[in-house]
Amino acid sequence: MKAPNSIPQVLDVTSIRNQFPILNRRVKEKPLVYLDNAATSQKPQSVIDAISDYYTNYNANIHRGIHTLAEEATMAYEATRFAVQEFIGAAFPEEIIFTRGTTEGINLVAYTWGRQHIIPGDEILISAMEHHSNIVPWQILCEEKDAVLKVIPVNDNGELSMEAYMELLNERTKLVSIVQVSNALGTVNPVKEMISAAHKAGARVLVDGAQSAVHLDIDVQDLDCDFFAFSAHKVYGPTGIGVLYGKKELLESMPVFQGGGEMIKEVTFEKTTYNDLPYKYEAGTPNIADTIAFKTALDFVKKIGKASIREHENNLLDYATAQLQQIPGLRIIGEAREKVSLVSFVIKGIHPQDIGIILDNMGIAVRTGHHCTQPLMKRFEIPGTVRASFALYNTREEIDILINGLQKAIKMLL
Amino acid sequence: MSKKSIIETEQEIIDDFSLFDSWEDKYEYIIDLGKKLPLLEEQYKTEENKIKGCQSTVWLVASYTDGRVFFKADSDAVIVKGLVSMLITVLSGHRPDEIIAAKLDFIREIGMFTHLAQTRSNGLLAMIKQMKNYAIAYKTIQGIEQK
Repeated sequence: MKAPNSIPQVLDVTSIRNQFPILNRRVKEKPLVYLDNAATSQKPQSVIDAISDYYTNYNANIHRGIHTLAEEATMAYEATRFAVQEFIGAAFPEEIIFTRGTTEGINLVAYTWGRQHIIPGDEILISAMEHHSNIVPWQILCEEKDAVLKVIPVNDNGELSMEAYMELLNERTKLVSIVQVSNALGTVNPVKEMISAAHKAGARVLVDGAQSAVHLDIDVQDLDCDFFAFSAHKVYGPTGIGVLYGKKELLESMPVFQGGGEMIKEVTFEKTTYNDLPYKYEAGTPNIADTIAFKTALDFVKKIGKASIREHENNLLDYATAQLQQIPGLRIIGEAREKVSLVSFVIKGIHPQDIGIILDNMGIAVRTGHHCTQPLMKRFEIPGTVRASFALYNTREEIDILINGLQKAIKMLL
Repeated sequence: MSKKSIIETEQEIIDDFSLFDSWEDKYEYIIDLGKKLPLLEEQYKTEENKIKGCQSTVWLVASYTDGRVFFKADSDAVIVKGLVSMLITVLSGHRPDEIIAAKLDFIREIGMFTHLAQTRSNGLLAMIKQMKNYAIAYKTIQGIEQK
């Protein structure tokens, strides 16, 4: 095993950590060790300041007002749309629809495109490692339309069976809705390959990017996905704001989702004409403050660079995996060849929840449970896992604290 | 009968916990209680007796003898099981009215309320509700029989 100090430092983690005020917090009288980044990442001071700056200096409703504050707020809000366009490589800014988060993006597609296109006997293909958010909207749709939900199986390493996928694709497959990175296992799925195969079969593809957006370079044009959904709060941005990307011609041809202000062109009691993209899908006053601060988060990531972030996180993943494997009785769930910086594991004879409670008493925040992937847990025949997920501000020292904490927890619980 | 009241048993637990000066001691005591709690026979681990939390599961069985309610329980997580054990020590063997009226302040006093408040992560709060529901049900049956 490599000594900790032989791993090169690709990021100035000390200076990065200084930008995250919450990391100075103490929990149960110990320094916080935050390893629940796959649930939500912490926010840099610049993001917190951007929210406060909006409310302090230019709070106004956007798009309709002609006064200075409204103009400033509109400019800042729309600047985020351009930043997101660049972040995911979309061809047009109007392909970026602001939502509350990934879940709302998936539901938007299910309720609009889904209701327009799915007919009895059609098949929707998902995988065994989907989050409940990418299962339930399709179940609701299938029930309503008498369509069939099919599932791509996962192997023991936590990888999708591409063979099974190719066999499941057929002329009845209308949609493949697939997670790019598993929140429970860390597996990176070969979505580009899967999209190309789906298109050959005549199916559309939605990519759930909730976990991938923060770790991987995203280029929706290169992937050629039809839809891509993700959330700001897992990319160092605020909660309550997310993105649904859709190909322009698709979004234009789809029916409206929610009715209200902003999404209309003209309203009479006889007939309403709808606004153009993206406003067609942004009914009501949006989450202006958090949308504006979302750009600040994207700027933060861009400035550091995803390549360096990924390298740092991969170093943490390798180190954590090697250290965890030394613990007797510990079994890592999810050993895919390509993973993001997340380790899920179980320890023989101990319930994951008990480990989580003991670690919390040492100031260590991990996730325990089924991670909203109950079918996946069933597949591995476990009640849940302990999940440690790393971000750009985490350190090898924190992994050492986790390992010591685990050893102590095992001693207490076994 | 020299059975202690619910309040007296709660006070004993509070006194025991006041002796611990570290979180480790407190948790080791609870874990120990969890491990000592007699296992529920497999036949009782049914869907009907299951109180499902988001992460761990509790099974609860009740019986009614001589005007008193008796509880047996189990959990797949040991800390929850320790807390369950304390609830049984406090409530089991009492009359329905006493169980219904029990405030169970000891949970807050010993600093374990946070675990109970997380209703989504364990079935503990649901278990207390279920224990009281049994008491209410037995009280109703008793009332009918007396008439």
